[in-house]
Amino acid sequence: MLVNLFNTVKSYGVPVTLREFLDLLNGLDQKLVFADWNKFYFLARTLLVKDEKYFDKFDRAFDIYFRGIKSMDDILKMLIPDDWVRQKFEKELSKEDLEKINSLGGLDKLLEEFKKRLEEQEKAHHGGNKWIGTAGTSPFGNAGQHPNGMRVGGKSNKGMAAKVWEERQFQNLDDSLQLGTRNIKIALRKLRKMTRTSDRWEFNLDGTIKSTAKNAGYLEIEYLREKLNDINLIVFFDVGGSMDPFVKVCEELFSAAKSEFKNLEYYYFHNCIYESVWKDNFRRNENRIPTQSILSKFSKNHKILIVGDASMAPYELTNSGGSIEHWNDESGEKWLKKIQSYFYKTAWLNPVHQDHWDYTSTIRMVSGLMDQKMFPLTIGGISEAVGFLSKRN
Amino acid sequence: MKFQGTKQYVATEDLKIAVNAALTLEKPLLVKGEPGTGKTMLAVEVAKALGMRLVEWHVKSTTKASQGLYEYDAVSRLRDSQLGNEKVSDIANYIKKGKLWDAFTADERVVLLVDEIDKADIEFPNDLLQELDRMEFYCYELDQTIKAKHRPLVIITSNNEKDLPDAFLRRCFFHFITFPDRDVLEKIINIHIPKIKKKLIKDSLDTFFEVRKVPGLKKKPSTSELVDWLKLLVSDDLAQEILTSKQSNLVPPLYGALLKNEQDVELLQRLAFMAKRDS
Repeated sequence: MLVNLFNTVKSYGVPVTLREFLDLLNGLDQKLVFADWNKFYFLARTLLVKDEKYFDKFDRAFDIYFRGIKSMDDILKMLIPDDWVRQKFEKELSKEDLEKINSLGGLDKLLEEFKKRLEEQEKAHHGGNKWIGTAGTSPFGNAGQHPNGMRVGGKSNKGMAAKVWEERQFQNLDDSLQLGTRNIKIALRKLRKMTRTSDRWEFNLDGTIKSTAKNAGYLEIEYLREKLNDINLIVFFDVGGSMDPFVKVCEELFSAAKSEFKNLEYYYFHNCIYESVWKDNFRRNENRIPTQSILSKFSKNHKILIVGDASMAPYELTNSGGSIEHWNDESGEKWLKKIQSYFYKTAWLNPVHQDHWDYTSTIRMVSGLMDQKMFPLTIGGISEAVGFLSKRN
Repeated sequence: MKFQGTKQYVATEDLKIAVNAALTLEKPLLVKGEPGTGKTMLAVEVAKALGMRLVEWHVKSTTKASQGLYEYDAVSRLRDSQLGNEKVSDIANYIKKGKLWDAFTADERVVLLVDEIDKADIEFPNDLLQELDRMEFYCYELDQTIKAKHRPLVIITSNNEKDLPDAFLRRCFFHFITFPDRDVLEKIINIHIPKIKKKLIKDSLDTFFEVRKVPGLKKKPSTSELVDWLKLLVSDDLAQEILTSKQSNLVPPLYGALLKNEQDVELLQRLAFMAKRDS
């Protein structure tokens, strides 16, 4: 039965391995929790999920799994231990109800009756006053009105574990969501990843002293990887027009990148990169920087990140003179390809939701120009892009 | 042996289960959560509640995994050898035991707190895989394997500054301390400031949740800030009306205890100004 839980959780994209599953079985074996869905949910979450960003996925998977159990007709035929039923009973019934039960012959009798009727009953039943089913006045079933009725499956009004995971309170930790003020910090961390791949070496004083001492006084020089941020990042931001709805996200990404990379180079463009870009949005007409000079100024090792929605009229991309602001001799397509082929690593971050990419033809075209290295501007997308950028050639 | 929370520490159901799972199945427990939700306190309180000794290892950006095991002080040995000190013949004199060594060789089961593991280098957790999994390590200088007599209860906290490697995560249980809801907060306040008035709790919590709801705050105030703020309010003996009166509701009194970032303070003041202008 629990293998299904494992498979459901896995199929929802939570990275679980057999090892964690065995832990869970072991935990149940050691009676960490017993006959309590709420506690079982907490235990399963503690043991199976290793990052809060998967909590939401786990909650959904658990819900599906749990519903599966609830809807199984077989559950009625499962042998339910008396203790469990009794515990559930006492939890859900008030004192008055308990007294009434006593008037009917006590809990034991009710349980006995319940089991007897289970055996007698052969098909699903709704209404009526004897059989177990829904909306009846029999003491057994769901949504009934009998004061000491016993609920079988279905949704309870109180104390049922389902509540905890149905709330989906971890939704905004899910990394496939768009960036938010809160999540930007996590994205920053992803960017930081690429800063420790320096291959420069520096003299290690402590290490040298230590190894010289170990070496009985003969000098032994040690070197150490330099901690300097060796990665140079150039970011191109699309501004204006269709990018306006995404201003906040881009701002956040920018400030994150800026604080992380001291030698961050950034340029702005509108819709598509042509022969010139600019650094100051207020003086964009006077202070233009030729794109060609960027290509000759920076080494091929620079990592390029282009942030834009890539949504424009196709001619803006493909035709010379296609730009809506000025006359461009060479098409945007050519310039993008130039950048992409000059630098070793170029990635495109697109704030448009990935599901909508197929509706805009230029998104597909740009993605093609970028060798499919277009990623959504989400936490997950950024970390993918960063992963691609930081990989050695 | 089960952890049920203590008088000073309100443990939610899921936290209790996580701690007990780590205790019973003898796996390290990784605790994450917003700053100020009591991650480090957890280890202290678990140790207190279970009557176990607490071994604390506070990780810094310069901390190396091997420092937790042991350090070989080669420099003093070199010095001693030149001074002709007799100690020099025994290498054990120059092995400085680390926190893990301490926890492993303890005669009774202890709680080992590895605090803020994300502060260290990105490779740090990887260097501790075997040690935390098998609870043993090898000391080359002494040619000896240090094995845990009793597997300690390991509690690891992280502020999410760096992602931890998968291989490491797989060896831990994971608990995320969510921000407490109103009821739990009230309990926490009552524990920390016993003589506080009911009315003040209610009003301050209203204000507190208002502030937390302000969009765009760089650092939302959390439990520890709330408690500090309330202590201030109580000690200042501010009239309760101040909290509820309309004027001060916009920017809470003594907001410095709640907001730790001047940009946040500015944001709040700006919002307050706009609210005033609208009304």
